[in-house]
Amino acid sequence: MNKPIRAMAVACLVMFLALLLNVNYVQFIQADDLNERAGNRRVIDEQFSRERGAIIVDGEPIAQSVPVDDKWQFQRKYTEPRLYAPVTGYFSYVYDHAGIERSYNSILSGSDDRLFVNRMIDVISNDQPKGGSVELTLDPAAQKAAFDGLADLGEQTRGAVVALDPQSGQILAMVSQPTYNPNRLASHDLDKVTSAWKRLNEDPAEPLLNRATQTTLPPGSTFKTVTAAAGIEDLGLEADDDVKGGRALGFPGMDYKLPNQGGSDCGGDPISFERALNVSCNVSFGWLATKVGQEKLTEQAEAFGFGRALLDDLPNAPSRVTADDDTELEAPQLAQTGIGQFEVAATPLQMAVVAGAIANDGVVMKPQLVRTVRAPNLSILQQNEPEELERAMSTADARELRSMMVSVVEKGTGAPARIPGVAVGGKTGTAESAEGRPPYAWFIGFAPASDPQVAVAVLVESAQNTTDIAGGRLGGPIARSVMEAVLR
Amino acid sequence: MSSPLNPVWIPRKRRGAELGLLVLALVIGIGSYAAVGLGFNGQVPSGIYTVGGIYALVALGAHVAVRRFAAYADPVLLPLVVALNGIGLVMIYRIDLGLDAAGSPFGPFAQGQLRWTVLGILLFVGVLVLIRDHRRLQQYTYTFGLGALVLLVLPILPVIGNAKRGAQIWIQLGPFSFQPAEAAKIALAIFFAGYLVAKRDALALAGRRVLGVDLPRGRDLGPILVGWLASIGILVFQRDLGSSLLFFGLFVVMLYVATERPGWIVVGGLLFAAGSWFGYTAFGHVRDRFDAWLDPWADPDRNYQIITALYGLGHGGLLGRGWGQGSPEITPFGFSDFILSSIGEELGLAGFMAVLLIYGLIVERGLRIALTCRDAFGKLLAVGLTVSFALQVFVVAGGVTRLIPLTGLTAPFLAAGGSSIIMNWIVVALLLRISDQTRRPTPAVAAIGVDDATQVVKL
Repeated sequence: MNKPIRAMAVACLVMFLALLLNVNYVQFIQADDLNERAGNRRVIDEQFSRERGAIIVDGEPIAQSVPVDDKWQFQRKYTEPRLYAPVTGYFSYVYDHAGIERSYNSILSGSDDRLFVNRMIDVISNDQPKGGSVELTLDPAAQKAAFDGLADLGEQTRGAVVALDPQSGQILAMVSQPTYNPNRLASHDLDKVTSAWKRLNEDPAEPLLNRATQTTLPPGSTFKTVTAAAGIEDLGLEADDDVKGGRALGFPGMDYKLPNQGGSDCGGDPISFERALNVSCNVSFGWLATKVGQEKLTEQAEAFGFGRALLDDLPNAPSRVTADDDTELEAPQLAQTGIGQFEVAATPLQMAVVAGAIANDGVVMKPQLVRTVRAPNLSILQQNEPEELERAMSTADARELRSMMVSVVEKGTGAPARIPGVAVGGKTGTAESAEGRPPYAWFIGFAPASDPQVAVAVLVESAQNTTDIAGGRLGGPIARSVMEAVLR
Repeated sequence: MSSPLNPVWIPRKRRGAELGLLVLALVIGIGSYAAVGLGFNGQVPSGIYTVGGIYALVALGAHVAVRRFAAYADPVLLPLVVALNGIGLVMIYRIDLGLDAAGSPFGPFAQGQLRWTVLGILLFVGVLVLIRDHRRLQQYTYTFGLGALVLLVLPILPVIGNAKRGAQIWIQLGPFSFQPAEAAKIALAIFFAGYLVAKRDALALAGRRVLGVDLPRGRDLGPILVGWLASIGILVFQRDLGSSLLFFGLFVVMLYVATERPGWIVVGGLLFAAGSWFGYTAFGHVRDRFDAWLDPWADPDRNYQIITALYGLGHGGLLGRGWGQGSPEITPFGFSDFILSSIGEELGLAGFMAVLLIYGLIVERGLRIALTCRDAFGKLLAVGLTVSFALQVFVVAGGVTRLIPLTGLTAPFLAAGGSSIIMNWIVVALLLRISDQTRRPTPAVAAIGVDDATQVVKL
């Protein structure tokens, strides 16, 4: 009977080898993956009882861990919580984390591989491990101006503002309204956290949503800048060239006509390209879109960043020209696309990038929210340098469009964004939403035109007025005050 | 053949070595106990002298009993088991502390476990004292067979049968609940060993060769079919996946060893596959277990236990959080079914592997006893008990580490649970008894025929 017993011994050896290998796999190879999964209470507990690194804006912490006398020892505190909530996110025991708290969790909690040496030193010197800090690119004055601007429109206003430095891509302001207080979610009173979370999630205005990066809506007439860029790049149009004007754009063999806002005339037919942009003429840009064609228009939009997630630091939705990549647009649909309707949908971040690229001689800079990442001992772990994403237009073409946009503010619908003594470029937009819902008001702009320091996009979702001027009237002043805050 | 050139093997008792290893095992256990207190609240537990003393006393008592009643027994098994049982007790105590701190209504379990351990060691001594020759058990082959059957049926009887956590595997007698499957396993191993020793020639003789595999005759499939049906019956009526698998594996392995015919393994494997498929299609809970194994995160609420156990293992990492410094109490049943993941969390990959190696050594000693044993019954019994022990470790450790789907078996000597701890101590006593018989020098009468000493007896 010894032969089968030896065979069983080999079988047992195989079983134990399998167990040993598997346990090595789980505890060594898979361990990091397991530790990073959401809802891992052990890791949450550990991170909660650690001195988490600060999130810093302009040298001041906007989120930091302060010692408290309970089982977790540290409490996350947000100074000016509502102002920065869309960016910082929250750090909750029960509901995980969001925003920078999530995307930079490994640094803030100190578990990042780059902090390995620091951790070893902490172990040897028997110190409590600490997290590193993250410094944002935000400009407090611009952030405050954007926040106040939206807040002044009333409690019920839903909207977002993004401002960035066109030359570096650094985001100077990112605001979403309504906002929330992340301190409530970071509280150690878990019952209160649960009820606060419930309230925030049941709120139809979705305060936890960062509208600046996650909401894609029809950009309306602000998208005419993209159509104009395609016209300049592909058809060689110049500001003085004639484009189609009139009351409405007809299509051969169809009853449908694309009218102007309120059925008005754009000032004759034909009109100059510059005038078409000044008065935001639907006929001209619908016509231009059909001349450029779907392919070129989509290519131009993609050169500005449509179709991809632009920002690494926060969850952000890609913007789109058509709902599906393989959609073949009919002429009327293409004309509507050219004026930012039909299936076009863009985030405020994307529209700020469009404005920024036009201002920056046609070069699209990658938007960045984090400037510096530091170890607990303040040594620099990561310094983000400006990164060129793509060239959307030639320098000369971009300057042509830039001066046209300056004209929009000086002579056209963008008047509310005027800043005395500064050449401001801009474009308004009012996008139709669903039946019975108020349209969205948009404004994109940049300043100063000669040496652009700031590009901005404003979205007001719940605008009350239906004329095209609404984009200028609601968004213009907010954009102006943000730009003023940066230029000051 | 006792010339200096061919020295005869002189049996040695090696009890001193056992004592030395036993002291080491006690140092591990009691040292861990102190470490839990220091890690948890910076103090050595107040019970270090009393609890540590009790455990050292019963362990040394077991050693004295072995010295007195099984002097030639394997010297390594007892220390291995004492080390495991100690680690288990300490982990259960540590989880008691954690549950208490978290305000959980569960627990404490450690005191009960210590009582069961003391009882288990008393029964261990009892087996050594009462059963002086394991071959005597062969006389009661059918008694054990009937006993196993009764034990298996008990949990589904009314009044004393008791369903917990979806499995009908407990019996309740007043305040005591007991899992008879553990006892049935030993009785079945004795029954199989006795039955197969008597019938193995009949089973092995006839058959035909199909595709290079010796298949037994159709009529010889009878007993294995009965064994298979019985294990399926357990699965159906008691919803006890683990025991069903264990009994079936035990039966197939013992048939194979008794007949030396690999055909049984092939047939057993095919029947196992068929049974698994039947279980998967017929029972929701088997399907749930299987799906939880493939992707636990597909349904994080239902699979909370295995997910949080894996988190514990991941959090433990290479060297573990240290005694008293992890959070094993988070995992439901981290003191019983999932005690191995608790060990992985606090002692890390290193500690988990050490525990697996202790299990591996126990299996190695058991198989060595089976190999060297001179009588067929002892061989079969030793291999049956050892392989089912190995299978149990594989199923439970593989389950909590997601190597295989989770089944409801407990880690021997570690997990909280009276029936498990008692029955495993009895298994060790039986193995030591067989080993003692094996290593004991042959009585002087054997010296009459000198030539016999060189004769190789094939068993």
